[in-house]
This record gives sequence, C-alpha cells and structure tokens, in this order.
Amino acid sequence: MTKLHVKMTVNGKPVEALAEPRQLLIHFLREDLRLTGAHIGCETSHCGACTVDLDGKSVKACTIFVGQAQGSDITTIEGIANADGTMHVLQEMFREHHGLQCGYCTPGMITRAHRLLQENPSPTEAEVRMGIAGNLCRCTGYQNIVKSIMAAASHLNAAREAAE
Amino acid sequence: MIPSSFDYHRPATLGDVATILRDHGDTARVMAGGHSLIPLMKLRMTAIDHLIDLQDIAELRGVTLEGDAIVLGAMTTQHDLIENALLRQHMPILREAALQIADPQVRYMGTVGGNVANGDPGNDMPGLMQCLDASFRLVGPDGARDVPARAYYLSAYETTRADDEVLAQIRIPTLAAGTGYAYEKQKRKIGDYATAAAAVLLRREGGVCTSASIAMTNLGDTPRFAADAATALTGTPLDEAALCAAVDAMQTVIDPNRDNRGPIDFKRHVAGTILRRAIARAASRAA
Repeated sequence: MTKLHVKMTVNGKPVEALAEPRQLLIHFLREDLRLTGAHIGCETSHCGACTVDLDGKSVKACTIFVGQAQGSDITTIEGIANADGTMHVLQEMFREHHGLQCGYCTPGMITRAHRLLQENPSPTEAEVRMGIAGNLCRCTGYQNIVKSIMAAASHLNAAREAAE
Repeated sequence: MIPSSFDYHRPATLGDVATILRDHGDTARVMAGGHSLIPLMKLRMTAIDHLIDLQDIAELRGVTLEGDAIVLGAMTTQHDLIENALLRQHMPILREAALQIADPQVRYMGTVGGNVANGDPGNDMPGLMQCLDASFRLVGPDGARDVPARAYYLSAYETTRADDEVLAQIRIPTLAAGTGYAYEKQKRKIGDYATAAAAVLLRREGGVCTSASIAMTNLGDTPRFAADAATALTGTPLDEAALCAAVDAMQTVIDPNRDNRGPIDFKRHVAGTILRRAIARAASRAA
C-alpha cells in the first residue's frame, strides 16, 4: 500500500510526514506528532474524547483517516492556550467551576466548547447542552461543565465589549 | 482498532472517480463523510482495497433552488442542512430532522448523500426523502439517471444503485405554501438510531386535510412509505377516527425486528405514538 505524504497545519505550525492511509488522525496526532492531549476513549465516534478542530469544524479524530485531513488546519487542546502561555478563559473557567473530575473528557470538551462559542457566542444553557451532546463525561453529571462554558461565554463577551 | 490496509484516492472530478471504479471494480468504494464506513472498516466488518474520498469533488457540493426543486449536492453535510438559509426558508423539515441525527461532531462530517445512499435502515434521511418524494441522481459510466427515493431501497444495505454509480444529487420538489411538516423521532439517547421515527407532510383547507404524505424509519429493513396512512387522513378534519385509521394503515406496512431497542409490540406502540405526534405537529404548522 502506498504511503501518503501528508501536509497539514497543526496548532499553527506546518507539519509534514509519511503516513499509512489506514492511520487514523487521532493516532497520527498522538503517536507521530506526540500531541497526546486529545484522548482515545470509545474509539467508536460516540464519546468525543478525541475531538479536535479541523478547518473550523469540531470532529472526532478517531473516525477520520489521516488522508482526509490532508491540507487542513487543525487545532488540538495543545493549541487552545493563549499565545503568552496563560490559560484560555475556557480552561480558567473549567478550573474555577470544577468542570472536570478525572479529566479524561476535558480536552475534547474544551476543544468542542471553543468551536461552539465561536459559532454561538451567547448560547443558552440548552444550546450548550445540545452543543456538547457529542462529548461524554462519566464523572461530573455535566452540571459544572455547562456552568464553566456559560461562564467562559460571559467573560469572552465582556472582553469583546470592553474592546469595542 | 486499526482497519486493514488500503490505497487512498482523492479525485477532483466524477470522471476520475469513474476511472478508479472501472480499474478496481468492487475492491474500490467511495466515501463521503466516512462516519458509517470508517466504523465498519475499524471493526473489520468490511475491507476495502481502494478508498475513494469524495471531499474534493466540487460537482457534489452546493444547495440550490432550481425551478420547482431543491437540489442538494450529495456532499452536503448534516451541519449544512441545519445552517443553510435557503433550506430554512424552503425546506425546514430537513433542519428539523438533521438536528435529531447523531451529535454535532458527526453532523459536521456526515453527509446527506452518504446517509441516503448506503441503505442503512437506521438512517433518518431515506424515510424523510420518501415522504418528500425526492429523487436521487446516480451518475455512472453511461451517464446519469434519476431514481425516486420510493423505489431506491431493496433491503438492508441493498439499493438500486449499481457498483459503478455514484449518488451525485438529491432533488426534492418544493412544498406548496402552507404545507405542514414534522419529523418526529424516538431514540434512547443522543446519537442513537430511531426506535421509531415518522416524517409527515400535510395540507389543510378550511379545517379539512386535503393531502398528506407519511414515511416511517427503522421499522423494517427499508424505510416504509405509508401511502394508505396518508390516504386515511385525506378528506378528514384530522379527528380521532382519522388518526386511528392512519395508525392502523401504517401498522400494515412496518415490520420491526426485536432488538436492543425493544420487542416488536413495543416498537409498534412507539410507531403509533410517534406518528400521532408527527401528524399533530404538522397540522399545527399547516396554514
């Protein structure tokens, strides 16, 4: 089988590698690029632990072959923090509101919430719950995750207003 | 879970797809969003030597209004169906149904073409397309042909599409002004297939139902178009007698299996409840 010469942008940096076509994007990110933030949970596109941002879409990297991501712009949890290394407000709010317990789902939750708030900067609680419906958490009961995302939305909107 | 090895193809035109399919025969498969096919490959329930990714083919994209038809490119994603302004205006039932499919991440990748083409009886779009009297444009080596959604499905994963044909477009007749619509789905949890689902269109004049269309999902090895159920509503004020007659007629065309979503009697019960809810919501929207 012919290996693919894949090129993509990951967290703002150009990446090039040879990859087997059957390699899944999550394995490419974790094993070849050593970006182990996105997790492998169910491996059946249910749990969302492997969520990354691909060309402005939240996707489950366990259900995408590396070739499908050829030429794309990918953001993983490692690319969410602010440029100066401080935590993104979503990360801050997850800490402040106890939006995680074991932390396994957290990279997927935050990466998904990051896209959700770009599409809908002022979501209702129901919209947040529908927006993270593809991410499973077996610890928190979701209450504090929803709280964290709502709080992050408020902070981001306040910062946006202040800047205007 | 790692699938068996394959060669990856990413052609730019349907002509190039035809060439790859001709060269490799049934060892090649086309893939849209991949969210049905990739899980099967990972479980090694299917092995493919030549995987043809359709994402670069511009001919398979776009949502347009052409005369009295909405035309969906096969690669239109479920997310597009939810966000598209033209569809919100002309065909809001697509948005209502798409919001009940899978979850946000899957909807960014999953396409309407993939959903209707592969013949999975659990998919929601096939029944909806039968209700809407859509047709599927299949492009093969000898040109294009249109197959009505109501004639496309033969049995589970078996359709009238030939191995060397690609589903390129879905054409849906626009709805008359004032048509009521509903897509109602009972599922155990987010991301699940339907225990039962119903697509309903109907029109009313002076309180009397003048026309209707009904199709049911995941209650047989194919979607079930329930023509007699729709007839049972026509000419009635949609009263209790008409609803009972429609549900009875619907029960004669479905054929649910016992599985982890419940025994047969339960599924028939849910099918009746779901159809009643769908008719009520469609009626409330009919002008």
